[in-house]
Parts: sequence; C-alpha cells; structure tokens
Amino acid sequence: MEEDKKTNRRDFIFTASYALGAVGVGAAVWPLIDQMNPDASVKALASTEVDISGVEKGQSITVLWRGKPVFIRRRTEEEIAKAKDVKLDDLPHPETDEERAKNPEWLVMLGVCTHLGCVPLGDKGEYGGWFCPCHGSHYDTSGRIRKGPAPTNMEVPKYEFVNSNTIKIG
Amino acid sequence: MRKFLKILIFQSFFIIFSFNLIAAERSHDLLSPGWSFKGFFGKFDRASLQRGYQVYSEVCAACHSMKYLSYRNLYEKGGPEFSKEQAKIIASQFEVNDGPNSEGEMFTRPGRLSDNFVGPYPNEQAATAANGGAYPPDMSVLVKARKGGADYIYSLLLGYEEAPVGMSLDDGVYYNKFMAGNKIKMSNPLSDGIVTYSDGTEPTQEQMTRDVVTFLAWAAEPHLEARHKMGFRAIVYLLIITVLVYFSMKKLWSRIESKV
Amino acid sequence: MSDHEYTPKSKLGKWFNDRLPVLTLANHLTDYPTPKNLNYWWTFGGILTFCLITQIVTGLILAMHYIASADLAFASVEHIMRNVNYGWLIRYVHANGASMFFLAVYIHIFRSLYYGSYKSPREVIWILGMFIYLLMMMAAFMGYVLPWGQMSFWGATVITNLFSAIPLVGESVVNWLWGGYSVDNPTLTRFFSLHYLIPFLILGLVVLHIWALHVPGNNNPIGIDLKKPSKDTVPFHPYIVVKDLFALLLFLIVFAFFVFYSPNILGHADNYIEANPLVTPAHIVPEWYLLPFYAILRSVPDKLMGVIAMFSAIFVLVILPWLDTSKVRSAVFRPLYKQFYWFLVADVLVLGYVGAMPAEGLYLLVARIATAYYFLHFLVILPILGSKEKTLEVPLSLTEPVLGGSPKESMVRSKKEI
Repeated sequence: MEEDKKTNRRDFIFTASYALGAVGVGAAVWPLIDQMNPDASVKALASTEVDISGVEKGQSITVLWRGKPVFIRRRTEEEIAKAKDVKLDDLPHPETDEERAKNPEWLVMLGVCTHLGCVPLGDKGEYGGWFCPCHGSHYDTSGRIRKGPAPTNMEVPKYEFVNSNTIKIG
Repeated sequence: MRKFLKILIFQSFFIIFSFNLIAAERSHDLLSPGWSFKGFFGKFDRASLQRGYQVYSEVCAACHSMKYLSYRNLYEKGGPEFSKEQAKIIASQFEVNDGPNSEGEMFTRPGRLSDNFVGPYPNEQAATAANGGAYPPDMSVLVKARKGGADYIYSLLLGYEEAPVGMSLDDGVYYNKFMAGNKIKMSNPLSDGIVTYSDGTEPTQEQMTRDVVTFLAWAAEPHLEARHKMGFRAIVYLLIITVLVYFSMKKLWSRIESKV
Repeated sequence: MSDHEYTPKSKLGKWFNDRLPVLTLANHLTDYPTPKNLNYWWTFGGILTFCLITQIVTGLILAMHYIASADLAFASVEHIMRNVNYGWLIRYVHANGASMFFLAVYIHIFRSLYYGSYKSPREVIWILGMFIYLLMMMAAFMGYVLPWGQMSFWGATVITNLFSAIPLVGESVVNWLWGGYSVDNPTLTRFFSLHYLIPFLILGLVVLHIWALHVPGNNNPIGIDLKKPSKDTVPFHPYIVVKDLFALLLFLIVFAFFVFYSPNILGHADNYIEANPLVTPAHIVPEWYLLPFYAILRSVPDKLMGVIAMFSAIFVLVILPWLDTSKVRSAVFRPLYKQFYWFLVADVLVLGYVGAMPAEGLYLLVARIATAYYFLHFLVILPILGSKEKTLEVPLSLTEPVLGGSPKESMVRSKKEI
C-alpha cells in the first residue's frame, strides 16, 4: 500500500515533467517555424494601380503584383462571344464568363498556370486563349482550363476599376 | 530543497547584481520621469505615443528621418495604435517617390501603409549640408543608439541652458548640459505650446518631451510589449518546470543515495 | 570505446547495428559510468552543448533573413527586428546567447582549473577544449561585425589591424584579410562566410572533446581515479541527464532575463548606429568576454609585443598540463594551490575590469600588474608549486572512509548531496 502510493507519486512527477516539457519545446519551436512565413512587410504589400488607357482591343499587358504576373487583356467582341458560348458541362472547372470578368471587355487574372506555376503563352492553344508550354495545358479566352493537366481555371485576383483608365489590383 | 533554494537565491542575486551594476553605470545624472514601458509588465502609454507621433511629425521630422518605420506600424498592435483609417490618412499626406512607370519616368504618388516613413532630405549629404554640417541622425533606433536610452534623450531635450560665463559658442552651436562636450548643433526644438494636442493635454515642454521620447522608445523597440509579455510567461514556465525536474531528480537519485 | 559488448534485442536492430553500430554508441552513451560525486560545476558541459545548438539553430534562421552587404546589412538587421515573425526574439537569443555561451565556457574552464581536469590522462581533452575556445572567440568576433554598426566596423578595424604588427608582411596580411584597403564590403562578406563555417568546426571539435573524455572518463571533485563501473559511478542516463537538465533550466532562467528584459544590456549603444568609416566612437571596447585579453594587449606599450602577449595568454593555457607539475589533481587537497587559484580568478576579473576602462593612468598600471601576475601564475607559480606544496592526504575511493577521520570526509560527503 505504502509502496503503491510512492510509485504513483513518482509516476505523477515524471509524467508531469514530460508533459510540461513537451509543451515548452513546442512553444519554443513555433517561432523557429513561423519565422519562415511571410513577414509583416510582405503581408502589407499594397495593391498596384495599373494604367490601361493605352491598351487596344485584342491586346494584353502583363504587370507584376506580389511577385506574380497579372494578365490584363482587352478582349475583342469575338473573344467575348467565344467565351460566353461555352456550355458549363464542357468545363473541367465550371465558371461562367460573367463570374470571371466584371466588365466583359477586360479580363484580369493571375498569369500563373494552375498546374505547376509556369506562365502560359497568350494567343496560343486549341481554344484561342492561352497555352502553357511546360506541360501543355490549354486555356480558353476566359482563362478557363479546357485541356491538359491543370486542375482549375487561372485565378482572378481581387481588383476594381478606379476609373475608366485605371485598374487597382489587390 | 535547501540546496535548491540556495541556488535560486544565489541566482537571483547574480541577476539583480549584474543588472544593477550595468544599469548604474549607464544612467547616473540623467533625468528620468519614470517610464511606463520599463519593468516586467512595462507597456507604452498609447495616448502618449499618439501625442509623441504628433510632436515628431510637427517638429522633429523637419530635420530627422525615421527610415526604418513604415506607416502601417502606426496602427499595428503594441504601437500608437491609430486606427487603420487614420494611418492611411497620415500616409497619404506624404509624397512618395516611385517608378519607373511604363514610360521609364520616375513619379510621385501619395504614401500608402506599406511605405516607409518619408524623410525630409533625399540623402545624408543633403541633410548634412542643410544643417550646418551636422547630420541630424535617423531616429528609428536612436533610443537604443545612445547610452542612457530614453533617459538620455529626455534629459538632452530638457538640458538646454545659457552657456556658462567664459564659454564662447560659435554661431549655430548651443549649450546643453547633457551633451558630451556640452555643445550641440541642434537648437532647442521644443518650447511650451509649440504644438496643439487634440486630446486637450497641456503642451508644456516637459509633456511634449515625455511624449516624443515615449514615441522614440517605441520606434526603436516596436515589439517591446510582446517581449515583456512573452518573457513573463517564459520565466513562469521555466520556474514551474524547474521545480518539477528538481523533484524528478530527487526521486531518481534517492535510489543511489540509499545505497551509499 | 565500450567496456562491454552490446547486442541489440531485436533482429532488425542487430542487423542494422552490425552494419552501423549506432545502437552500440547510444548504449555506450546512456550507460556511460559517471562519478556520482560530480557537483553542479560539472553540469556546464551539457549547458555548453545546449548553447552551441541554440547558436547554430538561431544563426541558421538569421542567415535566412540577413543580407551580407555593406549597404544592406544594417537595414536587414532592422528588418529582422521589426518585420520578420519573431525575428526580434531570434536575434536577441542569438546575440545574448553568445554571452551566455562565454559565461558557461568560463565557468567550465575554471572548474577544470580548480579540479585539475587538464592533468594526465586528460591533456588532449583540455587542448581540444582550448581550440574550441579559440574558435569561439573568432566566431564571436566575426558575428559582432555582421550587424554593421559602429562597433562592428571599428572593432573589425582594430582587431584586424593587430596583424599589421607582424614584421615585414604585416601590411599585406591586413590587406589580404580585408580584401581592400579598409574594412569594407569584401571584409563583411568573408566574415559572414567564416562566421557560418566556424560553428560547425566547433561542433566537430566538440565530438572529439567528448570522445576524448569518454576514454579515461570524467574527473571528479576528489580528483582520484575511480573504478568504472563501480559503486562510485552511476549510469549517465538517467542520473546525470536529469541533473544536467535541472542545471540547464536554472541557466535558462538567467538567459531568459537577459533576452526578455535586458536584451541590449551586454551590447554597446554605438552598434545601433550604422557603420561610418569617417567617425570612430569615443570608446572602442570589445564584448565583455574578450576584455581580459584586450587588457593584456593594451598593457604592453609595444605594438608587436602586445599582440604576442595577447596570443601567449591563450597559448600558455594550451600547454598548462605540462606547466602544472603537481600529481594531485583536485584543489581540495592542495591548500596552497587553492589560494593561488582564487588569486588567478580575481586577477582575470581585474583584467576584465580594466579592459573596459580607458588605458591610462591608474588603470594602465593595474592592467600591467595584473598581466604580469597572469603569466607569473602559469609560468612560475604552478611549476614550483608542484614540487614544493605539501598536499593533503587523498582518499582511495569515494565510499571508503578516509584514514583518521580527517575533515576531508565531510567534504566528500557534501559533494554527494544534490
């Protein structure tokens, strides 16, 4: 009986030490991991304003935002029609063109292939949109994936029209 | 247990002794109003920080840059904690050089939260030339860059006096009893009522000095509050686990001692 | 290495162990017979291992954010302090960790001096330790240059200029060290590279240091050879491990006070001013842990001789096992040596103090006397003491009572307490 009590107390102290020790090691390790996350200055990187007054129909410009290319394309009527004329059932990642382009004339999206992050080439591919040379993904005129290994459509960032000549991304 | 206590006492003695020794060496003769950010639970006085920013921007910023701070710091936790909107407005009042744009031209635009504080001069040489050959130091880490820290800056700002008889001062040189050599090229920057506080605090010279030094102390050590908080937790944790490990050790070693 | 053959219990363990005997090594380390009368001064070996690992880990992280460039170094340190997640914590741990490392290493060295741990058969452990200490000083010096503050710059200038004291080639050597005609960007980048390298050299030497220790086994406060394993020893795990851990936790409390409540108290305010080759700070003082050597350097009025004196101060420690001729290890049984030992401790503290003071007047005089005594202790007192000193009777084992019930026995017993 006496022995039992003793063993119990000993076990308790050892267990408590181990448990608390594990908590402490965990707490000490977290800063070492978290330091690799985006830091305060990176997170604060603000939006970019882009002047689009010089972009003609059928042209596109590429700007850098948060270290990634953003495609801004002023689409032709034909391209818009082509983009709208697709049945959702035919799309691997169904999104309507209206969801992707607030103003149908302007398509703003991250120029990053959703497969493994290459930058697709414009005016190429079987669907008249973009074609990623790395692993052969085809995007249509709305930047939606149609064929190839990429799983989703090219991402549309948060953006707004500040005035008719300026887009603010971010 | 007796030995344990002995070690702890010895240790506390060591800590207190070494800290006092170094602290004593640093701060003799300096004025100190008693800072809220000193001590184990030290925190900045928010209102004082906000007033301090006002003094900095209306008085000091005419000559001194603060290039390592950015406007977002003004609303971040542990600082003056202006609202994000206020910080945005403050930032937008400054012209920031940016570029080149698509035509290859540099241009200016209103400041954003992510921008660093805009300084009064384009570079160190311009600052030196504009101030009679004395470079007004960048104030980002000034409090840490001076022996005596906040007390020193506080004393210096309140240390302007008439030069003693027999001491001749050149033009643009002022007497300050806390400056090394007593000669300083900065004229007394603060006088009663030079700024108007929106919160109704009386803008006496002492009050403004205290506020701006508080602001500078935060600028030099923006994570001070987080550090104090984490330090307290860490030390409490260490004390608890030390006691636990002590008893574990006692238990384990009891097997050995019984054999002896 | 091992005193007995070890066979892993599991088949897989045996298969692996036959090919790479890490399990034998692990078994050796856990069972390693350690004198049971080791006191708390012996826990600093474990504490130092912890310090080294902490410095390597935090240093690795700082190197992810730091930029070794004369234009950007200072700003990148501020970036770490302000923007990087927990960057302030990691940098303060690294900066104060250096001081804590030296605090521990000095205690470790003086423990060895007191208990004669450097004597036969442990000379190689001692010499390896001195090399580690030398590398530590180099790493600390170069690390202090990296923030590129005023003290960094001028400290680097002054210390590298020591080499200009070498006759004939001095100037060329210094230019070679700098990669230019003054401390500048090339100096900073090479110091960064070497600062990154040295800790791993230290780690390698630490492995050898411990290996060399495990051949004869630990010295102990009584300084006698123990039969291993025996009633006088305990297995390293869990007995010594838990004791080292307890001591480490006490050490961490002191460490935490510095990091969280006075992180800049051991540094110099001037180092928060960006390096400026046109202005020298009023007082150039090295970090506290280098002050005694700095005092020795300054106490000699000749440039070359001063440098030689400083390096001799370390070299004299390397050859210490042959300078101390006494057969008795522990100061417990050497009444005269014990007194000289404390003199030496005081002497080194005095050297440290005058090293921080301006080199003039009374300070300079004191520095000279203390420097002379430092060398006197090692080069004259120790060799003579070995033959002249009448030592006390040394017990044969920890457990056997000493003849005549001398006061030594109580000494023995008090050491066994925890």
